[in-house]
Amino acid sequence: MSARKVAVVGAGMTKFMHRALETPKELAWLAAKSALDSAVMNLSQIDCVVLGTAPDAFDGVHMKGEYLSDGCGGWKKPYLRCYVGGGTGVYAVAQAWFHVASGLFDTALVVCEEKMSSCLPHPQAAFLTIFDHITEQPLKPNLLWIFALEQTRYMETYGIALEDIARVSVKNKRNALDHPAAQLGANLTIKDILASEVMAWPVHRLMVSPTSDGAVAVVLAGEEIARRLSDRPVWIQGVGWCLDTAYWTNRDLAYPEYVEKAAWTAYRMAGIREPRKEINIAEPYDPFAYKELHHLEGLQLAPKGQAPKLLADGVFERNGDLPVTPSGGLLGVGNPIAAAGLMKICELFWQLRGEAGPRQVPGKPERGVAQAWGDLMQVGTVVVMGTKEPA
Amino acid sequence: MKLQPEPKLVRGTPLDEKTLKRGKTFSVTYEPRLRYSWDTGQAISRYLAELKEGRLIARSCRKCGRVMIPPRMFCERCFRPTDEWVYVKDTGKIFTFSLCYVSWDVRRLKQPEIPAVIEIDGASPGMGILHVVKKIAPGKVRIGMAVRAVWKAKAKRIGSVTDITYWQPIKN
Repeated sequence: MSARKVAVVGAGMTKFMHRALETPKELAWLAAKSALDSAVMNLSQIDCVVLGTAPDAFDGVHMKGEYLSDGCGGWKKPYLRCYVGGGTGVYAVAQAWFHVASGLFDTALVVCEEKMSSCLPHPQAAFLTIFDHITEQPLKPNLLWIFALEQTRYMETYGIALEDIARVSVKNKRNALDHPAAQLGANLTIKDILASEVMAWPVHRLMVSPTSDGAVAVVLAGEEIARRLSDRPVWIQGVGWCLDTAYWTNRDLAYPEYVEKAAWTAYRMAGIREPRKEINIAEPYDPFAYKELHHLEGLQLAPKGQAPKLLADGVFERNGDLPVTPSGGLLGVGNPIAAAGLMKICELFWQLRGEAGPRQVPGKPERGVAQAWGDLMQVGTVVVMGTKEPA
Repeated sequence: MKLQPEPKLVRGTPLDEKTLKRGKTFSVTYEPRLRYSWDTGQAISRYLAELKEGRLIARSCRKCGRVMIPPRMFCERCFRPTDEWVYVKDTGKIFTFSLCYVSWDVRRLKQPEIPAVIEIDGASPGMGILHVVKKIAPGKVRIGMAVRAVWKAKAKRIGSVTDITYWQPIKN
């Protein structure tokens, strides 16, 4: 790559909450300020701002990009909103990477925000509008349908038991107990998960992430500034993204090929040939429990259908061979859509700097991958970060 | 310069039911009343017209050989126009399904809805549509199960996917 090297030099976030007093704009401001403080920078040192936020229907504010701009510090600066549904949080970092890697800007502030509690009686109803408006919406589908349909297909194809899926909820909710921003940290057993209400079989209530209010921000800097600002910048080694067809009922749902393509784009850029050996820590997207396993396979961190076994063997625990979602993820920390993806980038930042406190994984991890997923079950977004400066 | 560690203080003010009941916080409500009329285009207009007649129709691509449903005027894989209209059957197999105890507007359901992707007989393998299955005990639904469309009475059909009321298992 002839692009300029780019590092993450600061990160910050709000609590993830069921319902926040703060407006979306105030949430964005709290996260942005916290990220700037962590980088010991002020807004005048920021060259451009990238906002990531999911459908306007959640906050209920049309043209949310311009509404949020002041809270994001996007004032008399190049400012851009990007959006790929649930995949937005990780994609926003790739977008900001273009801005800096191109050499056009030296620094970028990335802010992701969502306030889902505004939508009454429940933001679930806003999800109706993501389905095809002519051929699907008349059937009154809900979001649980597509996850349940995909999970059924995943379990059937590889002969996976529900207990193996429930184990993801146990791990992530337990990891979240150590996260200061977490909404749903808990000590639960597989039995507890399976005893929770069936929402849409095979999906049980405790296999679903909550709806949340929250915001997250990170600061990116080009190599010269990154080295000057910090003795421990965390480098962006690779970015990738891929979108599959929107005809989702025509697709094999058992394996997320688009995540594989996105991952290899990022891995090639990072010089990774054997992901399982060269990645020390992973933050895959876990809005539903099975999705973490599904995505680990797409990310080439487990053979097809084998992620459940590796999880059962303890490989993905915080002290395991490949810690997965040490943050607590969407299932534990919470799921303010776009902000949740960026929270995963923050977790890599803190983990790779050895600053994750009680969540810190042992063994001084050098490289991590974060991934998010979304649109109509069709997008994979991937960022590889590491302590080593890219070649 | 050394960076500061992870902020110890994570800001934000959670509101709980008690705080809300005290009435010291304010909120403003808004109910959008928007109306749209979506033109259904070339491919789906024909699809809906055929549904009104009690038939399912697909489009084929000569290049990749796929028979596609829902029909489309261009093949997204070959990125060329599709070639022919092809009638397919109103039977199929359950490709995947769920038993959903929550309605689209988050009401709890005692009897689950059974959404499914139904792989349509006569279309290419893997070509499915989203619909619902009924007339079967929820515990008995299986992937691969053969099902047939149950149509609304002709006079009641309007040219919609809901002209098929539901799909039900074909008894052997």
